[in-house]
Amino acid sequence: MKHMKGFLIHLILISICIFCMLPFLWLLSTALKGAEENIFQYPPSLIPKFPTLNNFVKVLKLVPIVQYAINSTIVAAFTVILNLIFSSLAAYPLARMSFKGKNTAFFLILLTLTVPFQAIMLPVYIIVLKLNLVDSISDFGGYLGMILPFSVNAFGIFLLKQAFLKIPKEIEESAIIDGCNSFQIFYKILLPLIRPELSVLAIFTFVGSWGEFLWPSIILTKQNLFTLPVGINELQGAFSADYRLIASGSIVSIIPILLFFLILQKYFIKGTNEGAVKG
Amino acid sequence: MKTDFKISPYLYLLPAFIMLWIFFFLPFFQTIVMSFYDYSVDFYSPSFTMFSNYSKILNSDVFLKSILNTFWFLILCVPALVILPLIVAILIDQKIKFKTGYKLIIYTPVVVSIVVVAIAFKWLYQPEGLLNYFFHKEIGYLTDPKIAMVSVAIVTIFKGIGYYMMIYLAALMSVPKELIEAAEIDGAGFIRKHLTVTIPHIMPVIALVSTISSISALKVFVEIYVMTKGGPLNSTKTIVYYIYEKAFENLDLGSASAACVILLILVMAFSAVNILCFERDKYKL
Repeated sequence: MKHMKGFLIHLILISICIFCMLPFLWLLSTALKGAEENIFQYPPSLIPKFPTLNNFVKVLKLVPIVQYAINSTIVAAFTVILNLIFSSLAAYPLARMSFKGKNTAFFLILLTLTVPFQAIMLPVYIIVLKLNLVDSISDFGGYLGMILPFSVNAFGIFLLKQAFLKIPKEIEESAIIDGCNSFQIFYKILLPLIRPELSVLAIFTFVGSWGEFLWPSIILTKQNLFTLPVGINELQGAFSADYRLIASGSIVSIIPILLFFLILQKYFIKGTNEGAVKG
Repeated sequence: MKTDFKISPYLYLLPAFIMLWIFFFLPFFQTIVMSFYDYSVDFYSPSFTMFSNYSKILNSDVFLKSILNTFWFLILCVPALVILPLIVAILIDQKIKFKTGYKLIIYTPVVVSIVVVAIAFKWLYQPEGLLNYFFHKEIGYLTDPKIAMVSVAIVTIFKGIGYYMMIYLAALMSVPKELIEAAEIDGAGFIRKHLTVTIPHIMPVIALVSTISSISALKVFVEIYVMTKGGPLNSTKTIVYYIYEKAFENLDLGSASAACVILLILVMAFSAVNILCFERDKYKL
């Protein structure tokens, strides 16, 4: 009976895992099929008869996917850095100091959580245009336009505020007696203590920024600044006749984030539990 | 020393608030203001028109259809995203081997870009694709107006299961083992034990998952943009897709902004319920 139950649970979970992998495996299988193999054949075969890497070579030659990946990395990395700086600075006084207007500040930050970006993106677009943060002015401006609107996130501020609150008050008091000013306390004493939460924030911000599609697809005009999601979506228009190439490009594009995920898996498992920070 | 702690709170908050002002509060108010102006005659010098944008879109069949479609999408996604991840989480929470392996595989779709997931499904949904072969049918998953939205919802559910599973797994850790054991001694079977003990215990988290998945359903865009572009026959046109089309294809910023304000009201209502009822602890309200 006990064995039967365990077997059943594994059976169900394995089926769910197959469901979760199947779309990607089918994409991979299509990418590995050469020109001599019909990708619409009946019955379809998951294992290619003559597997080939030609489609990958071809798509990498025709489309600057490596450049897209570099752009995605630049945008995600700077979005992470700015979020860490702005969120930790803002979370510090909210958690460790008492001052006039604290509740107002807290309320305003909470308010931003309720407003979807999609509903305010039109004026954001106009503001970004007015500030010249677009790729038609300069590449640098184009990158900034993708990064700055996402440089602060209320989730991050709250996550770090909770982290700061867990640290005992005495640590600060003894530092004040030793003559530390508020920034020294923040930078030398408190920040090192919240390193786990900073990593969680960094990782989730990175994945969120890496997968962002709507905003870059609106503001980008030049192909050399395309991020991966924008570039991969463009493959559909460029190779509408050849799904092998669309599939190869898509598969190449997920390799970096899959490696990132596998290397940092324990943070993902911990992070969703802690803050429910969604990218 | 003392002055440092008096002025500094504001200095620490300043950088975040400058960014929030430029990219959040200012556009928030501008959206509302823009919804009262007409951009369709002269894009560069819009004229003030009070509520005409609102009456225009609320009388437009396409906009009303996109509101209905958005709620139809919500109804399709939310129950699945509340129940399926819970079942998966309960199964993984048993005393079994390969827990981490299961978690990692089921979480993978969450980290992969939605664009790639949508492209992968578009390929499965092809008329000559794998799904039609598997079910021995000729279903137009993305071309039949009656089922296109269901096909899109399946993609969203696929992408979300792992995420909500992790939230449930964390909640399951808080269910007291003694209660489960007591239920076992009373002779409750696997399903009964979880229906009577586990589920009532994690009800707040189930409610939380319902509201956050509803909020993201109201904002759905990318799946639709990549797979159907709102078609066929507007059957997958949602509010955000409507906004996108009005603003960036028709350059009718007035109507788009009015639709934005309606989206704002909908989402803010859901979020307020969520924060005030289910996330009080998280924000220490």
